Amino acid sequence: MTRVLEVGNLRVSFPARDGRRFFPVDGVSFTLDRGETLALVGESGCGKSLTSLALLQLVPASGRVEPGSTIRLGDTDVLSLKGEALRHIRGRRIGMIFQDPMTSLNPVFTVGDQIAEGVRAHLPVSRGEARERARTLLQEVGIPDPAGRLDAYPHQLSGGMRQRVMIAIALAAEPEILVADEPTTALDVTVQAQILEVLDQLRRARGMAVLLITHDLGIVAGRADRVSVMYAGQIVEEAPTPELFAHPSHPYTQGLFASVPRISGPVNRLTPIGGTVPAPTAWPTGCRFRPRCPQAFEKCQLPPELLPVGPDHRMRCWLAEGRPFRD
Amino acid sequence: MPLVAVRNLVKHYPAGGLFAKAPPVRAVEQVSFDVERGETLALVGESGCGKSSVGRTILRLQEPTSGRATFDGIDIFALDRKALRRLRRRMQIIFQDPYGSLNPRMTIGAAVAEGIEIHGLARGAEVGRRVSALLEEVGLDPDYARRYPHEFSGGQRQRIGIARALAVEPSFIVCDEPVSALDVSVQAQVLNLLADLQRDRGLSYLFIAHDLAVVRQIARRIAVMYLGRIVESGPTEPLLASPRHPYTVALLSAVPEPDPTRRRSRIVLSGDLPSPSAPPSGCPFHTRCFHPARNERCRTELPQLRPVGATMAACHYAESTPAAAPVAATA
Amino acid sequence: MRIIGEALQTVWETPRGRAGVMFLGFLVLLALFGPLALPDPARQFDLDELAAVSPSVDHPFGTDQLSRDVLSRVVSGARISLAVAALAVALSVTLGAGVGLIAGYWGGAVDALLMRLVDGALAIPRLFLLMLVLVVPDRVPLLALVLMIGTTGWFATSRLVRAEVLRLREETFVQAAEALGASRRRIILRHLLVNAAGPLLVAATLGVGDVILLESGLSFLGLGVQPPTPSWGGMILDGRAAIEAAPWISIFPGVAIVLTVLATSLVGDALRDAFDPRGA
Repeated sequence: MTRVLEVGNLRVSFPARDGRRFFPVDGVSFTLDRGETLALVGESGCGKSLTSLALLQLVPASGRVEPGSTIRLGDTDVLSLKGEALRHIRGRRIGMIFQDPMTSLNPVFTVGDQIAEGVRAHLPVSRGEARERARTLLQEVGIPDPAGRLDAYPHQLSGGMRQRVMIAIALAAEPEILVADEPTTALDVTVQAQILEVLDQLRRARGMAVLLITHDLGIVAGRADRVSVMYAGQIVEEAPTPELFAHPSHPYTQGLFASVPRISGPVNRLTPIGGTVPAPTAWPTGCRFRPRCPQAFEKCQLPPELLPVGPDHRMRCWLAEGRPFRD
Repeated sequence: MPLVAVRNLVKHYPAGGLFAKAPPVRAVEQVSFDVERGETLALVGESGCGKSSVGRTILRLQEPTSGRATFDGIDIFALDRKALRRLRRRMQIIFQDPYGSLNPRMTIGAAVAEGIEIHGLARGAEVGRRVSALLEEVGLDPDYARRYPHEFSGGQRQRIGIARALAVEPSFIVCDEPVSALDVSVQAQVLNLLADLQRDRGLSYLFIAHDLAVVRQIARRIAVMYLGRIVESGPTEPLLASPRHPYTVALLSAVPEPDPTRRRSRIVLSGDLPSPSAPPSGCPFHTRCFHPARNERCRTELPQLRPVGATMAACHYAESTPAAAPVAATA
Repeated sequence: MRIIGEALQTVWETPRGRAGVMFLGFLVLLALFGPLALPDPARQFDLDELAAVSPSVDHPFGTDQLSRDVLSRVVSGARISLAVAALAVALSVTLGAGVGLIAGYWGGAVDALLMRLVDGALAIPRLFLLMLVLVVPDRVPLLALVLMIGTTGWFATSRLVRAEVLRLREETFVQAAEALGASRRRIILRHLLVNAAGPLLVAATLGVGDVILLESGLSFLGLGVQPPTPSWGGMILDGRAAIEAAPWISIFPGVAIVLTVLATSLVGDALRDAFDPRGA
């Protein structure tokens, strides 16, 4: 499988009030192959959104990607790019869609204009050709009467439609990778199903790789090939989807599974994870999950590495040492 | 006698400005249901179905367009201001938004105490004692009473909101999407808290939500809403096991399940939600309905809720609604 | 009260805000205690030599045509100008907040009526209105002046407060208070007013600068503070005749006005920033 994206030891820092820096993203590594979907799963404050922004160097001004981090897009080192070269990969090689379609679309331009803008920013086509492409894209994302909709304004469309428009804009320049940051969180569940279906179809048709950022384990189960679970700025477990769901190994992952309400199966009292998510300004020492972990022991005072527990399956937990490797 | 009985509730919001008359938004159309003592009825639906409007109108935070609602036999809509204020002690509400539901300039202790002060339930030091007890009951340190809302996380703020509602000792609480804005593990904590409180205090809930899996944890009965109407209602497990209204089937199949081996055949609805100011004629769902028996009658005649199997469904052909059958795992 | 303390602290942290606060603080102290330390300008007539003397060690700001020490007069003028401004603004803010709260919360016909009134009042230029009224009587007592300025300055504030109330009314915590059974009075005072205080404070601070300019202008025209009560505007008027020979008589009070209004602007802006990005 061709590797399209390689992220190594990504660290992003921000200044704290006392002048020192803190690290909401602290050593994240993952890869993406052509045509696959990787899900980055975690709750608020784990750093998943910042990770995705870092890929396009869109980290807010006061933040900084630390030296030692690598982001390689094929042969290109993204972090060394500036100016025109950087602009070239944004949209052309990596497309991005955000959570809230209402604020991500410009309310004073028509939908057609915004998509065409995305096309013309990267492809040498005329206005007419760009408009035609925009129409085709609208059709691909499943918007009825695409020719008529080109001249609609964002506020005239429903949330689901706007999200489809966002996808169309992201795909306008035919990127190899699509980063979707909580693309359906703000949408109703039936609309969510529609959007995820569209994303899947497009992925297969274009052979794109998708980085799907979400907190919803249900979406992960249905749509992702591999999963990386994030907690406190780090990846704490990574595995192919069926493997993760069959054998969740990290206590945090297990805690997440135990606290999710189920639509089928027996109804049990949920067992939430005790305590609260730590603030990025005060990561716990040693294993960051230790204060909340029901299985913590002495060694957890040392920060654990990612250790293997099964086929293509690793977790950041000392418990992996005591366990036999599962084949 | 049910604790809360709602009959033919209608709520329309006027639209348009001074000079342009626009059709009203028909948020709630002929909604009827009961909430029994000590039980939870869930009102489920997607955005624009009117569920929040129902909650607020029952509490008379908004005036109804028409219909009747009674609490313990008392006609809620007929009360004068003084009597309404007395009744407010017995019915309370918890909101969805943990960030807007607390006055940013009030300490949380003052926020929780407000109900006690308004109704004169205690004086002096007793107020403080009650506030401390309430904070403990929802799982917060009583010392936090002096702090301000911005110092707390979303989950903690929801707990404060719950404590505030409990302060007046209600028997009925409208929970308006109380966990939708919370993270997964925090959501579980708050759901457990609500369940415990119900058991310990004998509370009744009208639980408004859009997430069927969440609702399943806490509700004994479910009513599904679409475009302002209840399209199906019944006991939770039977309704989820064999839904009779096509919309319920679609809703259920759209819920992503955290189990990659269970691939349900998904029913993806076509088209968009019609606007509540221009609802379709006849059955509100007919424009998107996938039922093979859908026909002219659906377009012209509004179906009424009627018993079908274990539930009540508003569909002309509810007996033959196709289920979303589970498909075997892919290798 | 806590709001004011917090806001002042934030203002203090910005360099411009700090400069503004320091100057105003200095001015207030000067106004309160200055006249005690300096000779009373009213008694300074040196009948032997009624002449304007340029600034010197004895008279750092010089003297005016009647041999009165300009420095003392500027300090006494500070007292008057600040007092007029503070009282007038207090009156405007109270009226504006009251009308804004009622219009915003009650809505409907009451709101419409009040806002049309405000619209009409805003259409009349304030300075001309005041001039018209003040030119009629022979002597205008200081209190009347304060009342006049105060009652003509609340219109914009009421709109501001109304806008805040309309926004706050939709906030869930207000609905929560209603659900608890809170009376309208309680909601207005404890929930709406308290949260609208921010913009109100900003408006008040900037209003002080406005009133100082207004009062100085009126005094310059002879319509505001009447002599012998010293006021900065009046002093500029006095110095007008001798502007070429003895420019210091007009310059120093003029500079005082500029610095004071600048300081209120700085503090007002800093306050606005302090309240703006602060989210719930």
